Amino acid sequence: MKDLFRGELVRLTAEEPELRAKEEARWARDTEFHRLADGDPAQLYSDKKIKEWIEKNVEEGFKPERYFFSIRALDDDKLIGFLGLWLNLIQSEVWVGIGIGEREYWGKGYGTDAMKLCVQYSFMELGAQRVSLGLHEYNPRALRSYEKAGFRLEGRTRQEMQREGRRYDVFWMGVLREEWMQRQNGEQP
Amino acid sequence: MFDIATQLFEGQDIRFGPIDYDNDPEVESKWTHNAEFMRLYAIEPARPISAAIVKKQYEKLEKRMEEERNFYHFMIRAKTDDHLIGKAMIARVEWTNGSGQIRIGIGSAEDRCKGYGTQAMKLLLRFAFAELNLFRVNADLPEYNEGAIALLKKFGFVEEVRRRQALERDGRRWDLLVFGLLKDEWQSQVSA
Repeated sequence: MKDLFRGELVRLTAEEPELRAKEEARWARDTEFHRLADGDPAQLYSDKKIKEWIEKNVEEGFKPERYFFSIRALDDDKLIGFLGLWLNLIQSEVWVGIGIGEREYWGKGYGTDAMKLCVQYSFMELGAQRVSLGLHEYNPRALRSYEKAGFRLEGRTRQEMQREGRRYDVFWMGVLREEWMQRQNGEQP
Repeated sequence: MFDIATQLFEGQDIRFGPIDYDNDPEVESKWTHNAEFMRLYAIEPARPISAAIVKKQYEKLEKRMEEERNFYHFMIRAKTDDHLIGKAMIARVEWTNGSGQIRIGIGSAEDRCKGYGTQAMKLLLRFAFAELNLFRVNADLPEYNEGAIALLKKFGFVEEVRRRQALERDGRRWDLLVFGLLKDEWQSQVSA
């Protein structure tokens, strides 16, 4: 059996809410990170409030629809980000959200490695038929990363996003179970 | 052309109105017993809903409209006899991005193919672009809903996303489509 929680660069963990909250509050001050990871307007919340959300997420994480992880780098064991999966039980579809809050770990394959684990987990543990995500046009690094993890661009909603007075498309990607299985077997999908 | 005096909720044969708690639950409950309608209208599993529960859903819906302020819902009624024809709504409005998601349903078979959907779409788009001042609207639907796709195309919507095999029904998987329409595109259409 594969180790579902360990990749080549990262591992997926559960953290104590206190630690996650402290790091997340710090990441939230980085508005470039926020704008890459999230479509909502940037907001600042207290450690206390963030901790309450995380505790709630931990509880809800035991619902069959929701799976939350933290991401740690294997080389120095640093907590660098988070990963959330929402499973639509009826359609066997997983929606995923990921964020690497530690900037020094951007562009070095950590996020891609975590996303590969996420896709593997969705198909091999959750029995999903497809995994889906959305990202912003102004985040080309994420696009390349998701492509490496097996996702294909399925379309773009034109100018759906507005930042700094400019309009940007939102990109929608998906990977199908059979596509991913073929790739695992070394075939071209 | 439209101006401030042009009524937002009055079409040619239909009008938009609020919920009628005395009469609508019975009618909508009937619609939910029609699996074909439910499968065109929503991607959630079709199931019959009693009038009492429909009434409760209305209450929840109006509470949501009041509290969240990002959701607009109208009942479509016939001008002749005021009977309930369907529903039209704009959900998930994002004010910072000026976007929203539209949906129209015509409930009973007798009211289909009479141009009511087209008239409702006209009202709904004007409301979205000229009252909410949205920049774009989108519509999500399964690839098998050919009637709705034709209606969207008639209004200049563009197929933007094809989420492959995202819906399972009748033992096979179907693509889910996202159509989008920008304010400019709507504007050039209504002024033409």
